[in-house]
Amino acid sequence: MKFVLALVALVALAFVPSFAGPYPLGLGIGVLGYGVLATAWAMFSGPTRYISLATVAFFGLGAYTVAVLSETLPYPVVLFVAAVIGLVVALIVGLATLRLAGIYFVIFTFGLTELVRQLVTYYEVNVTRTLGRYVFLPLGPEHIYWQLLALLAATLGMAYWVRQSRIGLALRVIGDDPVVASHLGIRITRTKLTLFSISCVIMTLAGAIQAPRWTYIEPSIVFNPTTSFLVVIMALLGGPNRLFGPLLGAVPLFLLFEWLSANFPNHYSIILGLLFIAIVFVLPNGVLAAGESLWTRLSRREART
Amino acid sequence: MTLLSLKSVTKRFGGLTAVNGLSFDLLEGETVGLLGPNGSGKTTALNMISGYLPVSDGTIALAGDAISTLRPERIAHRGVARTFQLVRALPSLSVGENVLAALAFRKEPLWGKAAETRIADLLADVGLAGRAGQPADSLTYIDLKRMELARALASDPRLLLLDEWLAGLNPTELRAGIDLITSLRQRGITILLVEHVMDAVRALCSRCIVMNAGSKIADGPTAEVLADAEVIRAYLGDDHA
Ligand SMILES: Nc1ncnc2c1ncn2[C@@H]1O[C@H](COP(=O)(O)OP(=O)(O)OP(=O)(O)O)[C@@H](O)[C@H]1O
Ligand SMILES: [Mg+2]
Repeated sequence: MKFVLALVALVALAFVPSFAGPYPLGLGIGVLGYGVLATAWAMFSGPTRYISLATVAFFGLGAYTVAVLSETLPYPVVLFVAAVIGLVVALIVGLATLRLAGIYFVIFTFGLTELVRQLVTYYEVNVTRTLGRYVFLPLGPEHIYWQLLALLAATLGMAYWVRQSRIGLALRVIGDDPVVASHLGIRITRTKLTLFSISCVIMTLAGAIQAPRWTYIEPSIVFNPTTSFLVVIMALLGGPNRLFGPLLGAVPLFLLFEWLSANFPNHYSIILGLLFIAIVFVLPNGVLAAGESLWTRLSRREART
Repeated sequence: MTLLSLKSVTKRFGGLTAVNGLSFDLLEGETVGLLGPNGSGKTTALNMISGYLPVSDGTIALAGDAISTLRPERIAHRGVARTFQLVRALPSLSVGENVLAALAFRKEPLWGKAAETRIADLLADVGLAGRAGQPADSLTYIDLKRMELARALASDPRLLLLDEWLAGLNPTELRAGIDLITSLRQRGITILLVEHVMDAVRALCSRCIVMNAGSKIADGPTAEVLADAEVIRAYLGDDHA
């Protein structure tokens, strides 16, 4: 039943480009893109509570791979190469950082984004001698929309599978108490690395698919750290431990940020910061969880009267 | 047959030697008490056996194979399970999932329907029948201890390490707890039991090892060990010997 419902929703969403104008379609692409990022982020960070700020490092790597290779290789191969690059970087980063705890992990992932950006810039300036790049692909916005929709469906499917599977349980146990996890026979590093990599590959693909939208790509555009923060806020708002939580957080926040950046371009980042703080303090388990507990409280009160 | 063997096992924390040249053997099927005053190194010894802490010196062998350089998950897969002195529940999981976490990652994993039946049995064994769906963080301290034992048993251990599992129980619960451990012993599980409750030690352990300030000071039949002058001195101070 649930599966049929999801399928119907997917088909309905696939028809959006046939009637939506360019502006709503652009919003749709943004929502889907952030929905993918937030869902992928929460797949790893939800159960482990490892706050990663490396989202945009992978997103940007994906976009850059497309920018560099789109003229020499067929598009599907380019996507595949992007995924492989994302995987390799995720494995290296994962092995280096997943032993770090709490704040050290947060800071490292943040630093990583800057490092990747600097490396790409260095490479472009010194080796290829071009800083910006043009992406000319015969892909209209509707194609990007469809690809992102497919990626979102695949990401949600993957997240659903993880929740049902042993590896999902392992990750939750690790998140609760790594000492207990190891004493129960769970291979901690392998488990974390596997899910971190899956999550990062999805982020890389999200960047790769959206690359043609910009036409002109430059490190400061695709490695913008604000993206990483937005994704964290979205996932936290919706609730990172629910299947649809991050997606539901992404929809209103993306629209809100679009509006804010159009109307208050100067105060945008201050508002963003305040919102971040508010969400972490007021709704640590996300809006859905808060709504649920409110609901149970209300229905209990009703039962009493 | 010797199941567990410690040879000159030492643990140093900086300048403090918490366990000092500890040696003993456990035979398969034995229930042995590990006693000693506060801070004598009992928990540290268990931590080294389960792989939580690396040894500073010496070797630990399980069924003849050295395990002292293995990580906890490898040691768990060889059949060692434990409870913790301060209960370590998995608070965001349900009671059933706490047990499932052990079933799903042991050497011969159980998952799905088979796991559910086993969870129900294990919870019933420790007196938590029908509580699988409850969130773990809603349990009382005693029930958390029960759940932790069910989780340890779910790993199907050959060697079970219990760190003051009976502490804090009232007399009725203590009775039930002793019966429960007796039933484990009858299933052939080898048990190393750190305990301050002497009635329980007398009821459960045929043999006791006593530590003081990191060293072993006595090892033998329970009645003899508990009557030993040095043991009494270690526990109660010089005046009573
Ligand atoms: N991780 C650690 N780091 C530093 N010192 C430690 C550590 N763990 C234990 N110790 C010290 O080692 C000594 C032995 O502690 P341990 O916990 O093994 O004693 P115990 O016999 O279990 O005592 P109790 O009956 O109070 O549980 C103590 O002095 C303790 O402070
Ligand atoms: Mg202790």
